[in-house]
Amino acid sequence: MIQPLLAQLVQMTVILVLSPLLTGLVRKVKARLQRRRGPSLIQPYRDLRRLLGKEAVVAENASWVFRLAPYFVFAATWVAAALIPTFAANLMFSWSGDLIAITALLGSARFALALAGMDIGTSFGGIGSSREMMIASLAEPAMIMIVFSVALIAGSTQLSTIAENMLNGQVGLRVSLALALVALIIVAVAENGRIPVDNPATHLELTMVHEAMVLEYSGRHLAMIELAASLKLTLYIAMIACVFLPVGMANGPDHAIPDIVGALVWLAKMAAACVGLGVAEMSVAKMRVFRVPNFLGAALMLGLLGVLLLFVSRGM
Amino acid sequence: MTNLAWMILGLLALAFAGAVLARSVAGRILVYGGSFIICACFISTGFVALSGPVQRLVLPVGLPWIGTNLRLDALSAFFLILVGIGGAGASLFAIGYGRHEAHPERVLPFYPAFLAGMALVVIADDAFTFLFAWELMSLMSWALVKAHHQEEGNAQAGFVYLIMATFSGLALLFGFGLLAGPQGSYAFDSMRENPPVTWIAAVVLVVALIGAGSKAGLMPLHVWLPLAHPAAPSHVSALMSGVMTKVAVYGFIRIVFDLLGPNEWWAGTVVLALGGITAVLGVLHALMERDLKRLLAYSTVENIGIIFIGLGLALAFRATGFEAGAALALTAALFHALNHTIFKSLLFFGAGAVLTATGERDMETMGGLIHRMPRTAIAFLTGCAAISALPPLNGFASEWLTFQAVLVHPELPQWGLKLMIPVDGAALALAAALAAACFVRAFGIVFLGRPRSEPAGQAREVDPWSITAMLGFALLCLLAGIVPGAVIDSLAPVARALTGSRMPVQLGDLWLTIVPVEASRSSYNGLLVFAFISASILVTVSAIHRLSSRAVLRGPAWDCGYPDPTPASQYTAGSFAQPLRRVFGTVLFRASETVDMPPPGDNRAASIVRRISDPIWDTVYAPLGRGVAWVADYANVLQFLTIRRYLGFVFAALVVLLLALTLWQ
Repeated sequence: MIQPLLAQLVQMTVILVLSPLLTGLVRKVKARLQRRRGPSLIQPYRDLRRLLGKEAVVAENASWVFRLAPYFVFAATWVAAALIPTFAANLMFSWSGDLIAITALLGSARFALALAGMDIGTSFGGIGSSREMMIASLAEPAMIMIVFSVALIAGSTQLSTIAENMLNGQVGLRVSLALALVALIIVAVAENGRIPVDNPATHLELTMVHEAMVLEYSGRHLAMIELAASLKLTLYIAMIACVFLPVGMANGPDHAIPDIVGALVWLAKMAAACVGLGVAEMSVAKMRVFRVPNFLGAALMLGLLGVLLLFVSRGM
Repeated sequence: MTNLAWMILGLLALAFAGAVLARSVAGRILVYGGSFIICACFISTGFVALSGPVQRLVLPVGLPWIGTNLRLDALSAFFLILVGIGGAGASLFAIGYGRHEAHPERVLPFYPAFLAGMALVVIADDAFTFLFAWELMSLMSWALVKAHHQEEGNAQAGFVYLIMATFSGLALLFGFGLLAGPQGSYAFDSMRENPPVTWIAAVVLVVALIGAGSKAGLMPLHVWLPLAHPAAPSHVSALMSGVMTKVAVYGFIRIVFDLLGPNEWWAGTVVLALGGITAVLGVLHALMERDLKRLLAYSTVENIGIIFIGLGLALAFRATGFEAGAALALTAALFHALNHTIFKSLLFFGAGAVLTATGERDMETMGGLIHRMPRTAIAFLTGCAAISALPPLNGFASEWLTFQAVLVHPELPQWGLKLMIPVDGAALALAAALAAACFVRAFGIVFLGRPRSEPAGQAREVDPWSITAMLGFALLCLLAGIVPGAVIDSLAPVARALTGSRMPVQLGDLWLTIVPVEASRSSYNGLLVFAFISASILVTVSAIHRLSSRAVLRGPAWDCGYPDPTPASQYTAGSFAQPLRRVFGTVLFRASETVDMPPPGDNRAASIVRRISDPIWDTVYAPLGRGVAWVADYANVLQFLTIRRYLGFVFAALVVLLLALTLWQ
């Protein structure tokens, strides 16, 4: 009882503590590719500390929705992240929510943030919320289709069980799995507001989505939202690693050695993904907002195609 | 059972009392208070009967040779509970809300009779009683729709509703006629004993889809619903959307799952296809709507689609002999029916409260109501989150179960099902995501931001009765979301009676986790998710407030340095929906925008004109209406003939009928 609980606590702490570092790493890679030195890797932590220390400036007509939303967004994202196995496969509370629940928890966080964007009644907040919901209305079903593909292949929607089945190598290579991977990468890019869907570094432009929603936030509220955004990025990378590349994950009764190996391998996977993301972001241009539905529609269709293939290939 | 008959009689007595005392305060309190008590009795009777034995009662009224047969089995008991929950909430809300009614004499007599009709439908055990109750329900709700008949559009809404209700009753009459067979036995028991042959069963299925589906709002028979539901007073809208559509679902389940006996697999495909189309198109319509109550009515269409997806899956699995899957899908559908009753009633109460406070249904005139109606806002927000299928609330629990039902059994032998089930899974996911967008828009435009009109700026919170009803239903949303196992377990007798199997026992688990099939495949624990989220919010808030700053500085909105003081600069309902209208609406609804921008130097105002067309209305109903008008024009000649010609027609008709009879025998 004690040991699994400890493992769960360690994993959810690791993912929280590590997430700003990964954001820093992506920024560093992008800066180096632009031939800048860029801020140091731990700059996101410094930013968070600075924001936490400042007073929060809240608009006069803001309601409790505006003030509660950052905490709710953070909590829902963290609970979702805590349900993702990182370096060990058998998470203690994995049964309390499966992949569909994780998707929906992220949906709850987005719901709260979109409402907060509309609370003050500014035009920027509205534009951000409206576009975020437009993107989500395609990204979420695409995500569910990916979950279906993975669940049909692994025989479960529980991430821990999926990771174990993938680790045991009973699955092999599948066309549907490849389609799901491509779709998941598209969804992850869109959900995290990365280029080409949205630009996390832009302000004062009509192209922004996520940043427009959180424009009115400052101080500790902004810190929570920034932390939640980093956490969400880490969550998606960890999810891709857990489902499609579970190599090195600790899975079995004994701990200590496999755990340490698993942690090191996991860190390497995360770092590699961040470098990849940085390179990818530098090599493409941002899309027009109304190109995004086509991009996400492709993910939805790939996911659906994967599921259809699985349904058709069963019982023949 | 006898008690139940007395309760329904009590409701009819209240209807008479309502007619007599309509103008007085006592009448209002008597009718709504009495309805509340009787609905609470419905709930308790339903709970007792849910797991108890089947009860019967034959009353010596009605058709002379069969009387009135009443029967309370698990399915009836569950829907009786739904009628009870919806009715109790609406009555409690109306004790306060009813005082704003300008013409109580148009509402009070019909309200209890409407409730009585719905309760009678779910316990009827012969075709005559069923159809009588069905028509009672239709007519009473029609009268309530026409309560505010002077308002613009309501007369047309009542007319369309009357036509569709007649059509639905006619379809069911035909269906029961086929089921009764050559012996003409109208008791459900004898229909169960003699299931019809295959092709008659197919016709009955189609007729049930038309008859019950048009009442429930299944596309393409939904057109009356967004017109009629919003036209009624808000507590009646809640009953129509929250409860009457469920009674229609009951009618479908009773005929197709119970009376028809075992079904063919294609029945599942047809229901799945209609359900998927209804879910997606319904929510897209809701997204484009700017009238708050019409938005909610279209969202009802969407949720009916979700329920029918569950029912279609149950039919598909039942036909292929996979009973556990059928039980899962049916439980998911019924659970969603319960959830929809709760949150749609809640949302209509909220819309009613907003209507009372601002006098408006148009979202473009609202805004900022969260400051002036804080309790209504909390309840409405809970309803919005629940209907958007967000954990840990109840809408997520039932949609999660439906997703599990989609995934539970991919090894199906029929190609139609192999292709239809995944596509419906995608439709369900799309509908859920669009519903979230729709309700962010509804809550954000109505309750958040700055007031867009003077009435919205001066709105006042509504009376305590209405608030009690709304907050009570919000609490139910949370309870059914965090302890879904209790609902699933109490649905077990229904699933066993209709599919021969049931879902595993849920409440045995220590942590109240729900497990649809087995623990290694999938599980979900709403209680724990709720506890985790609450705990991490509390920990984070207290840690931040203690360890770092807790200072708050109030200032004007920043808005990137260019704040605009006029509320018109906010996003409106129309502009919020614009990206989605462009993505989905250009093809489906032929949505178009024309911008009229005057050249420099010209002083006229710029304008934007949005056009949206309803494809189903344009392709089905408009031509049908024109066709009827054309035929009527020609048939008009028949009204101006001489008496000899009329007699000639009578004679000719007689000869034709006799000839037909001779040839047929």
